Amino acid sequence: MRTMRFIETRAALLFISPWIIGFLIFTAWPVINSAYLSLTDYDVINDPSFIGFDNYVTLFEDPKVGLALRNTFLFTVMSVPIQLVVSLGLALLLNSATRATGFFRTAFFLPKMTPPVAVGILLLMLFNGQNGLINGFLGIFGIDGPAWTTDPAWIKPGLVLMSLWTVGASVVIILAALRGVPQELYDSALVDGAGWWRRTLRITVPMISPTLFFLFIVDSINALQSFTEAYTAFFGAGNTTYSNDAALFYAIYLFQQAFEFLHMGYASALAWLLFIVIMAITGVQFLVTRRFVHYEGGNP
Amino acid sequence: MRRLRKILIWAALSAFAVAFIYPFIWLLSASFKPRSEVFDHRILPETFTFDNYIQVWQEAPLALWMFNTLLVTVLAATAVTITSAMVAWGFAYFRFPGRNALFGLLLATMMLPGAVTMVPVFLIWNSLGMVGTLTPLWAQNLFGSAFYIFLLRQFFMGLPREPFEAAKIDGANNWTIFTRMALPLCKPAVVVTLLFEFQAAWTDLMRPLIYLRDSSMFTVPRGLKALLDQFGFGGEWHWEIVMTASVITTIPMIILFFLGQKHFVKGIATTGSKG
Repeated sequence: MRTMRFIETRAALLFISPWIIGFLIFTAWPVINSAYLSLTDYDVINDPSFIGFDNYVTLFEDPKVGLALRNTFLFTVMSVPIQLVVSLGLALLLNSATRATGFFRTAFFLPKMTPPVAVGILLLMLFNGQNGLINGFLGIFGIDGPAWTTDPAWIKPGLVLMSLWTVGASVVIILAALRGVPQELYDSALVDGAGWWRRTLRITVPMISPTLFFLFIVDSINALQSFTEAYTAFFGAGNTTYSNDAALFYAIYLFQQAFEFLHMGYASALAWLLFIVIMAITGVQFLVTRRFVHYEGGNP
Repeated sequence: MRRLRKILIWAALSAFAVAFIYPFIWLLSASFKPRSEVFDHRILPETFTFDNYIQVWQEAPLALWMFNTLLVTVLAATAVTITSAMVAWGFAYFRFPGRNALFGLLLATMMLPGAVTMVPVFLIWNSLGMVGTLTPLWAQNLFGSAFYIFLLRQFFMGLPREPFEAAKIDGANNWTIFTRMALPLCKPAVVVTLLFEFQAAWTDLMRPLIYLRDSSMFTVPRGLKALLDQFGFGGEWHWEIVMTASVITTIPMIILFFLGQKHFVKGIATTGSKG
């Protein structure tokens, strides 16, 4: 019996060995090394020199850190709720449509297939202040659109609007959850004379709340780390024309410190601050929203 | 009343569909316009031209970038799928001491932001002399990836155990059971993993920014960013070149989506329901 168990364990370890090796090399060691590097001054060329907590002190005095944190936080607070509401709305519409749902689902999902670099470029053109499509559209209603890509006040709203273009995956996830709500619940509500709004608020939303909660958490974590679209549109070689500061997200600043200025130690400290911020925000979200999430089998 | 409601829903959906698709059409049509007309809002170009495509082809080694990207994405997707499936099977089928603790550790790694390991992982590749090559873009996938392991394990857990036990009694070894029985049964999950990773690798910008130096090694997104820096921020705006290159970058993803649409949608739908 003992040998059977041993053979089974050995086989299992062989199967999971790729992950164990990968974990040791590409996660465990980097985490330890990153913690150490954050206490050093290191430019890749010379050996790291130990400087204690200086990087962490610098971090609190660096105005760009505060700016990047504010930008990232504002973007997250704006984009995540709007994305959720829009994708819920689209999913509800799709769920009550009877024909061509396949076509609409495809239409909403397609932008998700556009490489983020291309989305960044599209952002520059669609939201172009002089002759972009968005301002052209607003012009139809007599609205004089802002200079989305150059006016610091409008850069983040532009990024938020652009992020709505790629909600397709959330729509598909919510739609799948909607399909799982038992029809009997609606039937009995109809008997009670509940209107569409009431049914949506009292039945649909609570029934799919675990999915909405999942999206809320995942979208927030992603928004807090957003990089590619903003970096493509507002940073890079020779870009001096644009108001970069309004689009300086935390991940962008970290990337610049690490790979453009080669401040590897400082970048490691920045990474740990990001980790703490994400953990704290996710923790708060869990505590606050948990009460509104309804699980059919009771709250675990 | 019902009829009116149906029409309203349909109208709203159509309006949104236009909003979602229109930027594609606009981009596509702009790529066939001469420079002076790029920003007019006509859908059909007044002057139809292929010049932009010819110019992009001359300005940038697009075929080479495509080849690099294809190489990286194929290696990344196959590597991550094979090893993730192996690991997932190890966690799903076998019972061994410490299994739950190890799996918990695996789930925990998903919550670690990539930024924390970014610098040290770069230093590893740097010390191996691999910076400037395509290897760092895919080789890490040889060790599986937590998200896909989780996804595939869920699928394996749903399979009945009896056939595997029976095969074992008949003398089949673990490797045969995995490759001949388990893997074919979980083909949909394997396809989803392949598609997801293919897309992730094809569209990635950050790693190519970190690891690629020479433009002959660029992937398509990295090249596109270089084109934007050169023809956009670098001086006079040549939107037509940047736009045309964007179209070329996006087309392979659209084709991939239409080939794997069913699996994509199913995969994404199941991703969220586990929350």
